[in-house]
Amino acid sequence: MKKLRILFNGILKENPIFVLVLGMCPTLGVTTSAFNGFGMGVATMFVLMLSNALISLLKNFIPDMVRIPAFIVVIATFVSIVDLLIQGFVPALGESLGLFIPLIVVNCIVLGRAEAFASKNGVLDSMLDGIGMGLGFTLSLTLIGSVREILGSGSIFGFQILPESTNILVFVLAPGAFIVLGFLMALIRHLQKTE
Amino acid sequence: MSKKESTLMNMLLALLVIATVAAAALAGVYLLTKDSIDKVQDDKEQQAMNNVLPNFNGKTKSVGVLLTAADKKAANPQLTDAKDDKDSVYVNLAYDQNGLFGAAVKTYTDKAFSGKFTIMVGFDQEGKILGTAVISASETPGLGDKIKSDWANQFKEKGWNPVEKPLSVNKDGGEVQAITAATISSRAFCDAVNRAAMAYQKVLNVEKPNQKGEEK
Repeated sequence: MKKLRILFNGILKENPIFVLVLGMCPTLGVTTSAFNGFGMGVATMFVLMLSNALISLLKNFIPDMVRIPAFIVVIATFVSIVDLLIQGFVPALGESLGLFIPLIVVNCIVLGRAEAFASKNGVLDSMLDGIGMGLGFTLSLTLIGSVREILGSGSIFGFQILPESTNILVFVLAPGAFIVLGFLMALIRHLQKTE
Repeated sequence: MSKKESTLMNMLLALLVIATVAAAALAGVYLLTKDSIDKVQDDKEQQAMNNVLPNFNGKTKSVGVLLTAADKKAANPQLTDAKDDKDSVYVNLAYDQNGLFGAAVKTYTDKAFSGKFTIMVGFDQEGKILGTAVISASETPGLGDKIKSDWANQFKEKGWNPVEKPLSVNKDGGEVQAITAATISSRAFCDAVNRAAMAYQKVLNVEKPNQKGEEK
């Protein structure tokens, strides 16, 4: 039961985007379409899960005062290794996710969860937290991406559903990301309050 | 194992060990994946070459060309800010049994939204565009990365010849329909195509056009 709660924590109660407001750079930058948001989310989830596990394993070895630089080095190394492996051995995946992976190195969710959760909890719980946070991140990014794609390009996951004349260009551009994020955040806060 | 105290010795030791292990792991993985990554890149270029030279069956010969400011001025007299290129453009001259078929030029632009991208452009003998393919680009998803989409088809469908007349986007008075909200990427794409045309022209001036391809 407790494990389940850790897993679901990231999806709504501590949703990284709408509640913790972490990792805004990729959120605003790559959510121009539903697929891009989804891709970034999945790549982040994968890294989050494994970096949380790694940090949790190393937590006793790292003295408190140098934990931040140590975490950054561990995470950056780990992401670079994943990036190289994907480029070398799964080029098809690299084609679609390649752009997002270097962005994860500087994604503060990864460092944030390492600091707030993995450095205080066991390996299994940390992995679950990583998966939960990753799922929350993926769902949020896909949601923002879908709204922006529908309003800005008239399509969803690449399927055209609205004629080009209804496209509102601003939603594909950076200001559109802020507008959509703001409205969705307000909506989700409202739903949480009325629950 | 209990938590390590934050003494100077422990902190130094922890950071040293982590940094060393990280560096070793990265170096190891880099060496492990280097060959594969190079091969993927080569395959991609080969694939791009096949795409931009449809119906071609023969041998190619690669020539590296470094364009100078004078070359650019010769191709486009209106240019005022022409600079010498820092990187070479690779012209893959394509020969079949009738002689020169055209060329697949691996070209680039440094005016892209994210700095640089590399594309392959296919030309026929006269310099008409046969096709374009993006080799590597990191333009903004949803905007600039539409250079990888059907947008680029206009280059071959309209039968433009950048050797005779350099291409530019409609905002600059040219005929290329720019991508909505990604004029910089579209302009950069034209820049890359024009660079390819200039390199092709330069190679043709040196090579005899009807010379047979060298055995490879």
